[in-house]
Amino acid sequence: MLRPSTTLPRRGRGPLWRNPAIRALIVQAVLFLVLAAFVGYLVHNTLLNLEARGIHTGFGFLEGRAGFAIPQTLIEYTSDSTYGKTFVIGLLNTLLVSALGIVAATIIGFMVGIARLSPNWLLARLATIYVEAFRNIPLLVQILFWYYAVLRALPSPRQSLSLFDAFFFNVRGMVMPDPQPLDGFAATPWALLIAVVGAILFGLFAKRRQARTGQALPVYWIGAALVIGLPLIVFLLTGSPLEWTLPELTGFNFRGGINILPELLALWLALSIYTAAFIAEIVRSGILSVSHGQTEAARSLSLPEAITLRKIVIPQAMRVIVPQMTSQYLNLIKNSSLATAIGYPDLVAVFAGTTLNQTGQAIEIIAMTMAVYLVISLTVSFLMNLYNARTLLKER
Amino acid sequence: MTTDSTFRTEMIDAREAPDQSRGVIGWFRANLFNGPINSIVSIVVIVLLARLVWPFLEWAIIDADWIGTTRDACTGDGACWVFISARFESIIYGFYPEAARWRVDIVFALLAILVAWLAVPKMSRKKWVALFTLTGFPIIAFFLLVGGSFGLEYVPTRAWGGLMLTLTIAVVGIVGSLPLGIILALGRRSKMPFVKGICVIFIEFWRGVPLITVLFMASVMLPLFVPGELDFDKLLRALIGIMFFWSAYMAEVIRSGLQAIGKGQNEAGQALGLSYWQRTGLIILPQALKMVIPGIVNTFIALFKDTSLVLIIGLFDLLAIIRAGLTDSNWLGFSTEGYVFAAAVYWIFCFSMSRYSQYIERRLNTGHKR
Repeated sequence: MLRPSTTLPRRGRGPLWRNPAIRALIVQAVLFLVLAAFVGYLVHNTLLNLEARGIHTGFGFLEGRAGFAIPQTLIEYTSDSTYGKTFVIGLLNTLLVSALGIVAATIIGFMVGIARLSPNWLLARLATIYVEAFRNIPLLVQILFWYYAVLRALPSPRQSLSLFDAFFFNVRGMVMPDPQPLDGFAATPWALLIAVVGAILFGLFAKRRQARTGQALPVYWIGAALVIGLPLIVFLLTGSPLEWTLPELTGFNFRGGINILPELLALWLALSIYTAAFIAEIVRSGILSVSHGQTEAARSLSLPEAITLRKIVIPQAMRVIVPQMTSQYLNLIKNSSLATAIGYPDLVAVFAGTTLNQTGQAIEIIAMTMAVYLVISLTVSFLMNLYNARTLLKER
Repeated sequence: MTTDSTFRTEMIDAREAPDQSRGVIGWFRANLFNGPINSIVSIVVIVLLARLVWPFLEWAIIDADWIGTTRDACTGDGACWVFISARFESIIYGFYPEAARWRVDIVFALLAILVAWLAVPKMSRKKWVALFTLTGFPIIAFFLLVGGSFGLEYVPTRAWGGLMLTLTIAVVGIVGSLPLGIILALGRRSKMPFVKGICVIFIEFWRGVPLITVLFMASVMLPLFVPGELDFDKLLRALIGIMFFWSAYMAEVIRSGLQAIGKGQNEAGQALGLSYWQRTGLIILPQALKMVIPGIVNTFIALFKDTSLVLIIGLFDLLAIIRAGLTDSNWLGFSTEGYVFAAAVYWIFCFSMSRYSQYIERRLNTGHKR
């Protein structure tokens, strides 16, 4: 016969502090109070300090005249522009070097990662040496090396090293031909846009058709032909309205052409080479993560090697590769802030450097700079979560 | 039995493989020249190595100058390592007073012993050594390096520099960020919404911003946060920034380990009537931390590499000391030597750490191999 035990504790009995729910509440309340007191203390100190140093808080300083020059500006800027403008210029320069770095790092990284898996012993070893050498040297050392030991050691403009007589390398950076659009050039970008939209629509159509009938269309070939062919045809039909101004040596410097700062080149090289070492490892581990059974199954279905790679190995490897790759891209964007060590005018160098020194608005400027990186990071993480949810292994 | 039977009665001796698939030639054929494309690739790589690596070796070793004390010793075509050897002391100790350098030696010898003890799997009493490394050692190191008590001369952190400063920042960063990271990781998995929220915000904030801005913040904003008259050491400010920054990364690594522990472990602990801290400290954490040792070591490597960033806020770590040497008017034009040397030093540290992490990974990872 069952009797309710009298020793079992019942709900609502016993001292309050033994109740887990109430205990959690107390812990959180205490934590909140401690944190609030701490933050309040910091704010109090800050206000006192600001008052003592005569700094006025607020974002009014953004309207002030900057009064300093920036060596690389993607949009109109003079020293008469406002501090707000320096923020935009710095941000654009950061985005420029990040975009260039991401493209180069991805290409190098994929090549090295695949080379590490090559059956060719020499190539695989070379790729391993690349990875082990570059990922174990601090990025800052690499940036300084490329800048001071390589690019600053180049000859003066008069003895420039030239490539095809169109690209010149000297101590002031790289000079390259400058494309000058003539009348009627506007049609080409439009053609490119139409071609891209067309290719996407065609891809969707082909997918639906395959789902319906089982027949596949050569989507990649047609898409590539469309995206490259259409703008090219339009460009030629409108009479090739593009002129290249070649750089010319006049006196001590080059005239004409686009001059790319050595700072940008050094930063770009270092960022791409460094990040590529990490991407190579990600690509390698991604490809290795696809179970051998998958390729064996494909082979026993007598699928050709190329289809196996494209339809079976790569899609599964991508599930591993893409999330890690995005975090590498984020690292690259954040690492581009090392620009300040060699004076490339990125967001940190221009805004959190010069502008901060001139205005002394430390809190506002550091907060704005951090907010930029935070917004980029959080946006990318959010998109990444969406991607992860979409490509998650569908388990039924 | 007749001899001309259809069947053999004894085995034929195994014949040797054909000449071409054996020995050096066979190895070359199998690994370098199996097919036209591979042959071309091999030749290209060999040419590339000959064009790049050989000149580098020639520059760095064969034609290099090693002996001497002044610039006049640099006569060869290659690197002039005299630049490094002439200022070797300052590269190691920075501006630390010569009479007190034995204190630095002691601290880092002790550190080397402790690290070796923890790294070698066979050593016993790891728990106590680890506890000492995290608590006792920092206190001893602090009193020895800073001085000012026990009759030791006071050495302000301004005078610290070189490899010694780099290692100090790395060790403080590691020792500080690991416990903080554990607390944050536990907090992020807490069921209390406020605790969890605070931890999530803290982690995501530090992970979202570059270390440079953190160091800038530490050097320009932190002095505003404390009462005006308080003198806030520059190195200490940088250390606080580095510690917070890396604790967020550490927390994510540890969280991945916590997630990998089965729910049953926690429930079994509950069934035994253990409290939260008993379950966490005795059951969950030992397993989780062991699982993520490779991840923790990788974070250490990243932290070590990023100590070089302190040069931007004006601390004289290894890289900054070498850079300062480059601006010495007696030694202009040796930046390649300087940066190659710096790269080599960082590389040795990071590469050995990464080999260690791979070794641990292999040790922990038996039976999951494909």
